[in-house]
Amino acid sequence: MNSLLKNIFRLIIFLVIQVYVLNKIPHLHRFIIPYLYFLFLLWLPFSLPRLGLLIIGFFYGLVLDYLTMTPGLHAAACLLIAYARPFIIHLLIPKDTTEFNYSEPSPKALGWPAYTVYIFILTLLHHTYLMLLQLLEVGNFLDFIIKIAATTGVSMLLIFTVELLFPRKLRFRTNTAS
Amino acid sequence: MRNIFLFIRRYITFLTFLLLQIFALLILFNYNRYHHAVGLGLAHEATGKLNTQIDKLDDYFHQGQENRRVHKLNDSLMNLLSRNYYYPDTSVRNVVDTLMTDTLKAVRKYRWRAAKVVYNTVNAEQNYMQLDRGSKYGIRDDMAVISSDLAVVGVVVNVSPNFSQVMSLLNTRNSVSSAHKKSGSTGKVEWDGKDPRFVQLKGIPQNIDVKIGDTIITSKYSYNFPPGLMVGTIAEAINDPATGFYTIKVKTAADFTSLQQVFIVENLLREEQLQLERETQIKLEQQKTRRR
Repeated sequence: MNSLLKNIFRLIIFLVIQVYVLNKIPHLHRFIIPYLYFLFLLWLPFSLPRLGLLIIGFFYGLVLDYLTMTPGLHAAACLLIAYARPFIIHLLIPKDTTEFNYSEPSPKALGWPAYTVYIFILTLLHHTYLMLLQLLEVGNFLDFIIKIAATTGVSMLLIFTVELLFPRKLRFRTNTAS
Repeated sequence: MRNIFLFIRRYITFLTFLLLQIFALLILFNYNRYHHAVGLGLAHEATGKLNTQIDKLDDYFHQGQENRRVHKLNDSLMNLLSRNYYYPDTSVRNVVDTLMTDTLKAVRKYRWRAAKVVYNTVNAEQNYMQLDRGSKYGIRDDMAVISSDLAVVGVVVNVSPNFSQVMSLLNTRNSVSSAHKKSGSTGKVEWDGKDPRFVQLKGIPQNIDVKIGDTIITSKYSYNFPPGLMVGTIAEAINDPATGFYTIKVKTAADFTSLQQVFIVENLLREEQLQLERETQIKLEQQKTRRR
């Protein structure tokens, strides 16, 4: 499938799942807020320019914000992980982006340990910033720490479930083919 | 000059990041203060249409609960009908004193409109919902929203032509003037952002006898809510020796997870009440300066 088409399809699926399923599940506990939508940004292809990544991240967050009636909140957090993403990838695999054998980050492309670290750092970053912005509204520092830990745990669990349930079929790219 | 351009070209990613980040935070904090954000009206029209479609599906899951609520309300209204009463004694005579007011002409204070919830959350700290009635139907900011079994739900904070946005009672920024029904003592109901089944009532002094299960209703002093509507029942009352007031945990009467049909209540005299309050303030200020 065309990469652009595939990503547009993913964008819609992630938004619908977040807004109409995860945000609406019956209340379990105040610390358990399931966030999965930002996985879309983590799955974007390596080949995207950094500026494009920023703009996609910002508008993706903004669309979610208007759907959940919290303008600016998720946009700010998404922008942060979109900005941090290339640095984390280069930290984990110090290679040029053109040398990647797969088109986008996945357990197959990075290997499970590196992929876990990649997911964990960006999830933590996203949730920390999101909770920080909410902390400014109703401040309780202990709640803030527990909330970051709990939501990060829930998100990690969701992401691994998605990875195991829907393994992405990625083609191995050789240098000659590209 | 050349150096500036070089600098911009070198750090274009970081500068874009900074610019967009500032823009996002600007929208967020501006919204938190006034409930108005850039392009919100337009966004409401788009998200409202989408939410209406998805809500049609969602309705099937809450139909039973909604039915019971409506039936209960019908039941309470049926009991008010005049044909349920009869007057055994003919010696009773109604005397209408027409000196001061014309009692035949009642003044209407509240107007009720039906609406439908199309989007609602309970998991966030600032919960909002979207209704399918907007300024086209006469909905304006600060109108009260009541559930189909007459329990307090929230306040309208923003309207677009076809949709309106409601700040739920489960929003840490909401505050409803309420009263303890048995004693009439008034306080404020707020939410601490923790458990969506319970809200907090503050400002009831400790000399009042408060029992678990007592009803909390909207007070007579609220400008938005009609008096006597159910807010919830007391689940827990904690004595706070430092302040001399109770901290009361109230179980909400409205079930926020299964809201469907709601009423939007307009206080027709609200403007007049607010104006009187403003003018009183001005008058008091003038008197203060005169006394000096």
